[in-house]
Amino acid sequence: MTDAGAEKNSRKIKSVGKMKEIMTAYYIDAKTARETGKKVAWITSGGPVEPLIAMDVIPVYPENYGAMIGASKMGGDLCERAEELGYSGDLCSYARADIVCSMVDGGPIGGLPKPDMLICCNNICGTVLKWYEIQARYYNVPLFIFDTPFCHTGYAVEARKYVRTQIDEYTRFLEKACNKRFDHDRMKEVGRLSVEGQHLWQEVLDTAMNRPSPMTCFDAFFHLALIVTLRGTQIAVDYYTSLLEEMRQRVADGISAIPNEQYRLLWDNLPIWYRVKWLSEKFAAHDACLVADTYTSAWCGQLKYMDEDNFLDSMAEGYTRIYLNIGVDEMIKIVLEMVDKYDVDGFVMHSNRSCKPYSLGQYDIQRAVQNERGIPSVMIESHMIDERSFSESQAETRIDAFMEMIKQKG
Amino acid sequence: MERFDDFHEAASDTEAYIRNLKESGRKVLGYMCSYTPEEIIYAAGAHPLRLFGAETNSALADAHLQSYTCSLARGVLEGALSGKLNYLDGMVFPHTCDTVQRLSDIWRLNTDFGFFTDIVLPVKLDTESAKEYMNNVLCKFRRDLEKGMGVTVTDETLKESIETYNTIRGCLKAIYELRSEEPGILTGGDVHAIVKGSMIMDRKYLLKRLPEVIETLRGAKAPSDTEKKRVALVGSICNHPDIYAIIEQSGGVVVWDDLCTGSRYFEGEIGTDGDPIAAIADRYIKRQICPAKYMSTTSRGDSLVEMIRKHRVQGVIFLLLKFCDPHDFDYPYMKGFLDRERIPSMLLEIEDHLPSEGQLLTRFETFTHML
Repeated sequence: MTDAGAEKNSRKIKSVGKMKEIMTAYYIDAKTARETGKKVAWITSGGPVEPLIAMDVIPVYPENYGAMIGASKMGGDLCERAEELGYSGDLCSYARADIVCSMVDGGPIGGLPKPDMLICCNNICGTVLKWYEIQARYYNVPLFIFDTPFCHTGYAVEARKYVRTQIDEYTRFLEKACNKRFDHDRMKEVGRLSVEGQHLWQEVLDTAMNRPSPMTCFDAFFHLALIVTLRGTQIAVDYYTSLLEEMRQRVADGISAIPNEQYRLLWDNLPIWYRVKWLSEKFAAHDACLVADTYTSAWCGQLKYMDEDNFLDSMAEGYTRIYLNIGVDEMIKIVLEMVDKYDVDGFVMHSNRSCKPYSLGQYDIQRAVQNERGIPSVMIESHMIDERSFSESQAETRIDAFMEMIKQKG
Repeated sequence: MERFDDFHEAASDTEAYIRNLKESGRKVLGYMCSYTPEEIIYAAGAHPLRLFGAETNSALADAHLQSYTCSLARGVLEGALSGKLNYLDGMVFPHTCDTVQRLSDIWRLNTDFGFFTDIVLPVKLDTESAKEYMNNVLCKFRRDLEKGMGVTVTDETLKESIETYNTIRGCLKAIYELRSEEPGILTGGDVHAIVKGSMIMDRKYLLKRLPEVIETLRGAKAPSDTEKKRVALVGSICNHPDIYAIIEQSGGVVVWDDLCTGSRYFEGEIGTDGDPIAAIADRYIKRQICPAKYMSTTSRGDSLVEMIRKHRVQGVIFLLLKFCDPHDFDYPYMKGFLDRERIPSMLLEIEDHLPSEGQLLTRFETFTHML
């Protein structure tokens, strides 16, 4: 091995292999659920998964699958086929690709296992409602909508009652769908594991406060998979325990995520899945490390509302007040806190045509960050998994100009 | 005066109409959604005004909204930021789609019209708890209005307001029905102006004026001897009165619609017994939904087929605002329902301007010839 190769190798996060093994086993389990007599529920990424785990239902995430489609650069082709079916090219690329995969059994891993039920929580967007309606018509399976009223300026008392009631409706729905009693003891254990997993994930992300940072947000995009899909399981807790150990060891050993961290940046919005590697290399070439992001922290940002001893009650508020279900002013507050916490020199915003709740309001957030902290920012536009929408030359020009500004300031 | 000049004038120069109306000292509250409980606003002594986002220049709104935002949101925000909507005394945002949800934040953080409130309605309407929540949210809106406008909204004034709205909506429906029976007794452009005008003009005036309109139409015969193809429009808002004339020129005639500035505005009578707020909530639960809401997985498709049969519709024009996600998601399945019924349909996607008249006429002609 050359010196450069060895140097690069020493930076690799060792847990990656373990993560791939876990995800492979998880998808095998899900794909063989029919044979093992387990039920499969499709659920939105921000949805309350813990009751499913407690009922031994295998949760499957079309959005995680969307990320796989994007990473394997199959999104453009699938999205184009959705357009042929009449779905506008302006719609969410996750939804377009997933809808087509169902119909053709296409996409990575030969498509997702068919759902026995659909759980749709609209705390992330209104798109999932329409997307899951389409899947409910296609698969003709029961659909549970967990309706989390938007919190423009706080969590209203009316909403509090409504969401709490729906948790009972949800457990009754599961009892009917699974034809067995809801196991409240098991639920307590799952709730505890969920909270523990979220704490560990937050601690993993916190290691990026170190200079140099042992990880980038591009690493976080990858390691996020378990806190999304296996939240509430021992597997996730064990994995993040070992990932946290590895990160702390890297800090102790002075192993940085990129070779020469000079500048620290914050990422906003979902990843551009088909350009993760390109972007990470592009920024690394400028000695810039994207140390944190608003996206992966959304799976632990509600810990302040969560009570592991009273999980079901507290999750009502936790799931309703997630990052995408709050007003732009509250988002600005969180972004500013992250700017300070991770001590960043610039802000990279992905203006994501696939995600209006995440993207509309970004101009206001951008101005607030510039005014309050005086750091430069850049906006890159794309559809998160439709690679046809991405202009590499335009992104490159913008990133170079942005980095020039940061370097001049520095 | 021409038969419907008053409606046409209010619809085309809303600013002049509203400035004139405000001379009486009335407060004007803007809204942009068919789930706005106008009855409560009206009972609070304010004048509810539907905004249509007609601004074509959007330099100021472009600093807040990306290019992939619909022209309605962009136009309304431009009106607010440019001062053209300065006659508003407030704005009310019922929760509907992702775009309006963020527009509300942007509005709250960047404008100051006095009164502002979100009405965070449930997204699903098919459960008891959602209905109860809807009721509670409307009660909260009533309290917000009382506080913000410094008034008391009694059950009595609410019931009077409900009567007013039942009459106005009932009249609009009657006009639609007369047109469906005898298309051509008034133009599509007239109907558009009457419905749009009814969301703009003094409601007390409408109470008197709309029954007169019905009188002039009842028993009237369409002048044309040529048989026109019966068409329905499906979509969100239609703010392009010219479209009706072009359809008529192409040999078609609009006989009904599923638009939030059309039948979704007037469908459903509010009960007059019992609690008025519960009665308003009940109408939203029973009324045809907007695609940003959920009733069942096929409720919109089923209603569409029902409407087709009831009004003997021969062809459907989907009139969709570009970047309107809820309607875009429903389009393939709604079209599928029509295909099953062997009802031809066409899709017209609108940004802020209509395509050129010649192009549009050709498209409509091709379509009506298929019917």
